[in-house]
Amino acid sequence: MTVSIASPATSQVPDLEGRFGEFGRRFVPETLMYALEQLTTEYHKAQRDPKFQQQLDGLLRTFVGRPNPLYFAERLTKMCGGAQIYLKREDLNHTGAHKINNTIGQTLLTLRMGKTRVIAETGAGQHGVATATACARFGLPCVVYMGEEDVRRQKLNVFIMKTMGAEVRPVTSGSRTLRDAINEAMRDWMASVADTHYIIGSVVGPHPFPMMVRDFQAVIGREARAQCLEETGRLPDEVVACVGGGSNSAGMFYPFVEDKTVALTGIEAGGRSSEPGQHASTLSYGAKGVLHGSYSYVLQDEDGQTADVHSISAGLDYPGVGPEHSYWKDTGRVQYVAIRDQEALDTMQLVARTEGIIPALESSHAMAYALRRAKERAKTDVIVVCLSGRGDKDLNEVARLTNQTI
Amino acid sequence: MNPIAEVFSQRTTAGQLAFIPFVTAGDPDLSVTTRVITELAHAGADLIEVGFPYSDPIADGPVIQASYTRALNNKIKLVDIFAAVESLKGQVKPPLLAMVSYAIIFRHGPQAFVDHAVKAGFSGLIVPDLPGDEAAEFAKLVDAADLALIQLVAPTTPAERMKKILEQASGFVYCIAVAGTTGAREALPGDLAAMLKSLRATTTLPLAVGFGLSRPDQIRALHGLANGGIVGSALVKHLEAATNAESTVVAVQRIAAAARELALAAHGK
Ligand SMILES: Cc1ncc(COP(=O)(O)O)c(C=O)c1O
Repeated sequence: MTVSIASPATSQVPDLEGRFGEFGRRFVPETLMYALEQLTTEYHKAQRDPKFQQQLDGLLRTFVGRPNPLYFAERLTKMCGGAQIYLKREDLNHTGAHKINNTIGQTLLTLRMGKTRVIAETGAGQHGVATATACARFGLPCVVYMGEEDVRRQKLNVFIMKTMGAEVRPVTSGSRTLRDAINEAMRDWMASVADTHYIIGSVVGPHPFPMMVRDFQAVIGREARAQCLEETGRLPDEVVACVGGGSNSAGMFYPFVEDKTVALTGIEAGGRSSEPGQHASTLSYGAKGVLHGSYSYVLQDEDGQTADVHSISAGLDYPGVGPEHSYWKDTGRVQYVAIRDQEALDTMQLVARTEGIIPALESSHAMAYALRRAKERAKTDVIVVCLSGRGDKDLNEVARLTNQTI
Repeated sequence: MNPIAEVFSQRTTAGQLAFIPFVTAGDPDLSVTTRVITELAHAGADLIEVGFPYSDPIADGPVIQASYTRALNNKIKLVDIFAAVESLKGQVKPPLLAMVSYAIIFRHGPQAFVDHAVKAGFSGLIVPDLPGDEAAEFAKLVDAADLALIQLVAPTTPAERMKKILEQASGFVYCIAVAGTTGAREALPGDLAAMLKSLRATTTLPLAVGFGLSRPDQIRALHGLANGGIVGSALVKHLEAATNAESTVVAVQRIAAAARELALAAHGK
């Protein structure tokens, strides 16, 4: 393998083969290659089609509720006594998280390609809910693969998906979590690729998914950047987002990549400790490898077997990460930090009591880091955090972990 | 002549098909695997695919997934697989092919993997998640080591892609019979014959058909259309019952019996 010389990160990635620097590409069975080529072609056409963009913008406005606000967290700012903390309120989107930005875009593409069925994987259930919602809106049949373990942890979301008319298929292979749900969705796609589109839920998988999902999520960063300029008259000093597969963070960071004065920080799931199996900090502790069709950092053993991971939050419980994050890590454009379960849990409760907002456990990881960082920064500094989703879905689990009953 | 080419040339000249069974390395352990390989050779296998267990096999159906999971639960390691295969050197006649995910090859180091495969006595590699587009660099290493890198074509492969893939192919062409994962199918798709005819018109390499085949009649139906048939899940499923010494003996006997029938179907005219 060639060793890349660290040149600064650019937003002009990926190339035509889906390479972000050395990362990305397509490591999938031949059976899927044609569908990926077809999808790439169709996506490029849609990007240049003003009608597609108009339809997408319209749905984001009237169905999703965009633009959502950039909110000044006054009491948290005062409490920390340092930098001003602003929250990008993805939790206020329809279905309560950023995931719907991507599923609306990919559902429109499904219709453009003349495909008549949609499949998806889900971990926390947020992407499953967002896919079921978009499919209900357009009358497409939808099957969602979900690890049996996550079905248990996220009962409410399973019921929401069913209410939207989706079929939820519990996955009992392997670790029974997000990673196996992706495997199962890919296997379905192997046999159904002629009439089915696979709406992947993060910036992972083979090209063009990491690019396409980033582009659909980049609305987060574009809005936040404009709102910050309007609100404060300047760009933020630091932008913070949590990283599971990496879609809310990629969407948040991408429009800032060329703004060299803006520090970008991705927050991974630190779990219980830095021991193997106790966390899901792929960029902090992983190595370069291949998983789910792309080349990126991955948590695996010395033989290339994917490692078991742990996080309190199902949405971050993933042993891989999108290839563009690996590129950003190696070019030094983004710093990645791990936040542990307990700190995320405490932060969720603190933010709820201080600001009247219950963040998802995923987003609470980003919030925890932002609060730490605000204390170290000057009062004139501005930190923008992506509040990727609301915490309702986690409250059963939080009650269980804190010995309370609902 | 390359051992793979030699096998196909002999069978094809005799108007027969090559029979290519698949077995998972390390299910339930490597001593069983070496016994199964020996039995498969006796039963008339012409080439044997050795599957390297992988935690996330996207191209595999439930039977092979479960087999990989059993092997990994028993802490199977790459070095042990290579050692077990090497221990068979000079004892089994059919050339051995490693069926292995690129995730494993990349992590091990592509050159190191090729070196170990040569030392163990493999004749070729099948890497189901390394499509032709990504294979160029690795293909050079494999080629330099005199191994074959088997290319796969699928029912979903358009004619243009097929041509490009065939330009890089060596050994034989692995023709995926069904759009889908590995695992027995009641019937093979009607357009398989058309795909094989179009491949036949484009390449002189032997054609071996896999994914979905389980029964002798399905192998027989390939005469005149292909040069070989690959059977995996239908054999591996017998290992599900191999939970102790006694049931393992039975499982190995069943695999051998099934393989004999499949070999007869391939070698009959
Ligand atoms: C609210 C929320 N935030 C973050 C994530 C993590 O995903 P990603 O890193 O792709 O944004 C999830 C995933 O389910 C989520 O539900």
